[in-house]
Amino acid sequence: MSAVADAPRVAKKSKRQPSYMKDGRPRSWTSIIVMVVLAFLWSVPTLGLLVSSFRSREAVSTSGWWTALFNPVEQGWTLDNYAGVLEGSNMAMGFLNTLVVSIPATILPIMFAAFAAYAFTFMEFPGKEILFVVIVAVMVVPIQVALQPMLYLLGPYGIGISGQFVAIWLLHTGFGMPLCLYTLRNYMATLPYSVVESAKIDGASHYQTFWRLVAPMSIPAMAAFATLQFLWVWNDLLIAKLFLLPTNATVIVQLQQLLGTQGQGAELLTAGAFISMALPIVVFVFLQRFFVRGLTSGAVKG
Amino acid sequence: MLVGILGVCVVAWLTANVFLSLAYYPGWYFHNRVLMALVGMVAGLGGAALLFYFINVTIESLPQRLSQGLIPYAFVLPAFGLIGLMLLYPTIQTINYSFANNDSTRYVGLDNYRSIFADSAFWLALTNNALWLIIVPALTVVIGIAVALFADRLSAKGENVAKSLIFLPMAVSFVGASTIWGVLIYSANPNIGILNAILGTSIDWIQQDTARLNSLLMMLILIWMQSGFAMVLLSGAIKAVPDETLEAARIDGANERQVFFKVIIPQIKGTIITVFITVVILVLKVFDIVYVLTNGNYRTNVIALMFFQELFTQGRAGRASAIVVILLILVTPILIYQVRHFRKEQGR
Repeated sequence: MSAVADAPRVAKKSKRQPSYMKDGRPRSWTSIIVMVVLAFLWSVPTLGLLVSSFRSREAVSTSGWWTALFNPVEQGWTLDNYAGVLEGSNMAMGFLNTLVVSIPATILPIMFAAFAAYAFTFMEFPGKEILFVVIVAVMVVPIQVALQPMLYLLGPYGIGISGQFVAIWLLHTGFGMPLCLYTLRNYMATLPYSVVESAKIDGASHYQTFWRLVAPMSIPAMAAFATLQFLWVWNDLLIAKLFLLPTNATVIVQLQQLLGTQGQGAELLTAGAFISMALPIVVFVFLQRFFVRGLTSGAVKG
Repeated sequence: MLVGILGVCVVAWLTANVFLSLAYYPGWYFHNRVLMALVGMVAGLGGAALLFYFINVTIESLPQRLSQGLIPYAFVLPAFGLIGLMLLYPTIQTINYSFANNDSTRYVGLDNYRSIFADSAFWLALTNNALWLIIVPALTVVIGIAVALFADRLSAKGENVAKSLIFLPMAVSFVGASTIWGVLIYSANPNIGILNAILGTSIDWIQQDTARLNSLLMMLILIWMQSGFAMVLLSGAIKAVPDETLEAARIDGANERQVFFKVIIPQIKGTIITVFITVVILVLKVFDIVYVLTNGNYRTNVIALMFFQELFTQGRAGRASAIVVILLILVTPILIYQVRHFRKEQGR
């Protein structure tokens, strides 16, 4: 046994051993090859989109995007597709609309959910468990159940805000609430209870404890939820299509309409798709750490 | 006490009116959407903060015993008010509408359900849903485990890069992903779609419904998007498996296959179920991919899309609601499982 266990440790000392990695584990060529192939397969579609979006109409229809991938010279590179889609389909406005939709819809639920999560974590009250069970249950329910009544309620026969940004902020705040509450409560449960206890002894009210202690300590969980919610709101088609006027349409709705009118040709479509994906990808790459944490805590617990 | 109650009323009234003014009088904000977003955020956050503050003032002025009992409800109330308004009330109302006619003005009993069950399109969609449910979650989990295992054997840096690349499609919208696959991979033009280029054919793949080929091709898109999510969760679980248990099994003469199936799998079972359920819920909800690529034609319709068509295109609220109720019934087993599981965890 000791010989087996010692082998990696010996390797760690002699750094230049070719068949071992820096941390002393043996290098597995099968894994390297499999992972390179998989990573390549998984990135090729996105890469193909990026390449196609910069190629002229003639180039796209005469040679495949993969030829441009392997032989990047003389492939009819152009910025016309982006110019065409930004002006012709008004995607610049769509981009702004999506920001106007996404940012408030990401931040607003956190405020409400944080207070509730605090109560669920640090207070005892009758009905606490039943209320939390409701949240767990509601997380599973598809949002489709809410659409028809909400269309009536927010529409012209209700309070008449359907079509405006306010309507969609309200909807995303409501739909994001259960997950936000769940994520924050799970995180707050890991905070040391003694901190809250000692604040209470010092005479702080719950309101003060929340603002001064618990809210600042929960910022990582808030960031995790915010990343998740931002991507979800930005990428949403269903709610944006049903509850926003055409003048307020998001890039995702515009892309879907572009896709519907196939006559446009593939080159505008690819530019449009890339515009709709650029910001989420940037957010995703830079906030991946938070995003993963949000996923692991927010994913329906098994 | 009076200040508190007055404060709550004034803040609630002001916030509500600011929000309504954003919808009714965009002219006040010079039709500038950035300004409106800023006002919305300030009013929302500030309004909520002030609301909680005044609620707190009101309750603290009450006798000690009463206030201690009331404070938790005050903290929970706004969030639950929203959940009640946006999710609980509509759910009940949808069930209600499913027994009403298409303008929701008159009850028609079970007519909507009868007309749906008599509709062959509904059964087709249900069959397709079953196919999606059998194939997508299982394949996503299997790919997730495989990728996690292989990535675990790479150097730390290699693992990070490979995982990020496989994870990336998660950031792409369903519409964006469908555009990528529909145009660059499945396009009938062999100069654009790589699938036809490789096979040397010019088939419009999305229209091929023999053996549900087009549905399978659309499932691939979802698997492409979700594998990264499965991998991240499963990789975390696999790394948390204690090394001693693996060592012990190997000393006892287990080969790698046995170690995997008898030692690793049982220990990550909980995470596997989590991922599986999350993808199942997603599959039931997702309509975007099918909507964008075929709009349900060529025998590809699914329940979530059928609901959207009834509601949005046909304007038949009754039938749309009945379809959602069926969707709701489909998720009920998962819902019960989740609640039970949660209670068990709390009991521990």
